[in-house]
Amino acid sequence: MAALERKVIPIGPFHPLQEEAEYFKLTVEGEKVVGLDIQLGYMHRGHEKICEGKTYDQIPFVVERICGICSTSHPFACVQAIEDAAGIEIPPRAAYIRTIVGELERIHSHLLWVGLAGHFLGYNTVWMWAWKYRESVLEISELITGNRNHYAMFKPGGVRRDIEGGMIPPLLQVLDDADKKILMLTKAVLDDPVLHKRLEGVGVLTPEMAVEYSVVGPTARASGLAIDVRKDDPHAAYDWIEWEEIVLHEGDVFAKAKVRLLECLESTKIIRQCVQKLKDLPEGEIDAHMERGPDGEGIGRYEAPRGEVFHYVKGDGSLYPSRYKIRAPSSMNIKSNEVAVLGGSVADAAITLAAVDPCYCCTERIAAFNTKGKLLYTWDDLVKLSQEKTARMGGGS
Amino acid sequence: MNMSVGWVFFYLLVFPGFLFTSVVGLLYTWVDRKVTARIQFRVGPPLLQPFYDFFKLLGKDTFVPEGAPRSIFLGAPLIGLASVSVLSTVLLVSNLFPGQAFAGDLIVVLYLFAFVPIVLILGASSSSNPISALGASREMSLYLAYELPLLFALATIIVKSGGLLKIGDLLQWQWTNHPFLYSASGALAFVSAFLCMQAKLGFVPFDIAEAEQEIMGGITLEYSGPVLAVLKLTKAMLYFTVSIFLTVFFWGGFRSPREGWYHILGWLKPLAIIVLIILIKNTNPRLRIDQALRFFWSIVLVLSIAGFILATVGL
Repeated sequence: MAALERKVIPIGPFHPLQEEAEYFKLTVEGEKVVGLDIQLGYMHRGHEKICEGKTYDQIPFVVERICGICSTSHPFACVQAIEDAAGIEIPPRAAYIRTIVGELERIHSHLLWVGLAGHFLGYNTVWMWAWKYRESVLEISELITGNRNHYAMFKPGGVRRDIEGGMIPPLLQVLDDADKKILMLTKAVLDDPVLHKRLEGVGVLTPEMAVEYSVVGPTARASGLAIDVRKDDPHAAYDWIEWEEIVLHEGDVFAKAKVRLLECLESTKIIRQCVQKLKDLPEGEIDAHMERGPDGEGIGRYEAPRGEVFHYVKGDGSLYPSRYKIRAPSSMNIKSNEVAVLGGSVADAAITLAAVDPCYCCTERIAAFNTKGKLLYTWDDLVKLSQEKTARMGGGS
Repeated sequence: MNMSVGWVFFYLLVFPGFLFTSVVGLLYTWVDRKVTARIQFRVGPPLLQPFYDFFKLLGKDTFVPEGAPRSIFLGAPLIGLASVSVLSTVLLVSNLFPGQAFAGDLIVVLYLFAFVPIVLILGASSSSNPISALGASREMSLYLAYELPLLFALATIIVKSGGLLKIGDLLQWQWTNHPFLYSASGALAFVSAFLCMQAKLGFVPFDIAEAEQEIMGGITLEYSGPVLAVLKLTKAMLYFTVSIFLTVFFWGGFRSPREGWYHILGWLKPLAIIVLIILIKNTNPRLRIDQALRFFWSIVLVLSIAGFILATVGL
């Protein structure tokens, strides 16, 4: 067959597929995608720089606003980084509470993704149903933390609020309901022949490519890589309870959906155990009281719903950090689309791009354009700037 | 059967043509949105929402993209609207006044049905937008996919009735014998025609040519203002017309010569058909274009041919 004319189908910078601004430049021959150029940089907000002007107590509030969906994953990694630098151990009660909040967030984030994936496939009923079931999880988060999102629960050294005895029965009730509904949703998705047709073998990311692109989170676990910070570098209460890591090997969009749905069920399991342990623990301290700013470096890792979140902090003993660095999971995952969408159709590309559960504004670190679209700095310039700053700060380590 | 020109215009423009069909069509889209909303645990829009939407669009500007031939780009939706108006007139008149049908109106109906996708393809390809062009090519493939099973479905009932080509005669046959739907061949023909109509309407799982999340509305992407309103109205009217088409050809029409309650119950038939359409629409994801092609050319085509063969042996 003669080669078809090559055309560019833009997905972005503004497109109904994605809620945020980003630009996927699909090169297509007819319906077949033969090239993908990913251009990010529309959503840069300068969080790292803002953090350098905030006290350690304020930083969790700032990083919480990096992402609306994983709004407790960033504070989770953040407080761990600060505690690591300051050498603080948190009380066990705080560890359990952190785990509970983190896992509640995972459930609602995964359900949100399932809903969106349905929407991207034109299956709006799944969208609405998944989001309805997500609602009860948000409500219980409100009961426990005071907020449906942006919980403001974490602080360096512990948590801000205790989970009191009266909150536990409604929490368990919500978990039971959520279990039933997630199971129902999982069955509905896994048994739907049309969904099978539409998702199986679509957007495959082979294990080799997953390693090559260093993908993290459900994207990696659906491609057969057993990586999960909660298992590999246990923190909070993840080491003290029984739970399983969901790993599938197909690497397609269907596997990614399955991993997320099954992880929701694991999350309810984790929360139940944490609640049980909380009940057994005596009422007590939930804060280790960090007295002064750390002097030195620390890192914090947490398995956000989308993958590993990494926070780095460097303190000089004052109230403010001298350097703050964040790596969000989407920055690793989005790039893997370069191989995952190739060879598929435009229809497959849409769902494949969404399958890594991208979160652009969390990821964006550089914006080097002026208003005329002229490039101000190249990559090498930026590396040089960064090195100069590190040198100014005292040579790094 | 000699109608005055005035009556013809009344039929075409007021009842049961353009005005009646557009009002009922917009109400149908309300039913669609409301039922969909209830399925999805939502409240749904108020009764007049489709009318608000339509009139709001009338007040907006129309943009013609650079490089698009004005006459084709703007003319195509109007041709679509006109053809659906005539289509609904022919279908409704043949059921309301079976005596006034003309020979070969079935062929006319088929042609007019074909007009809608062709007009959409024409408008989209003339818009000089690569995404619209992609939508147009998808619509074209889809049209090629469902047209043949649809023809076989109609051939089935023609054979079944012994070669009648007038819609009025087909209805008469159903009234004296039984609706085609209640026979094996007719049921198969109905199922295949129903699926073809789902695709013709561009509803999930066959909304491939519009696919908001993939190609941002595809065929209708470049349209705005009153022209978009015309496109939406055409689609709403087509919605109504499709339900009437299926009722008249396979289910004995919405109005039969029998007296009493049956009159009112008859109007529930097209409603039942759209509820079925809505249910399918809300319990399926969108297919890919190659999957839709395979679906129509294997499963649906086989179904309709099976119905045709059954009809030739008199089942």
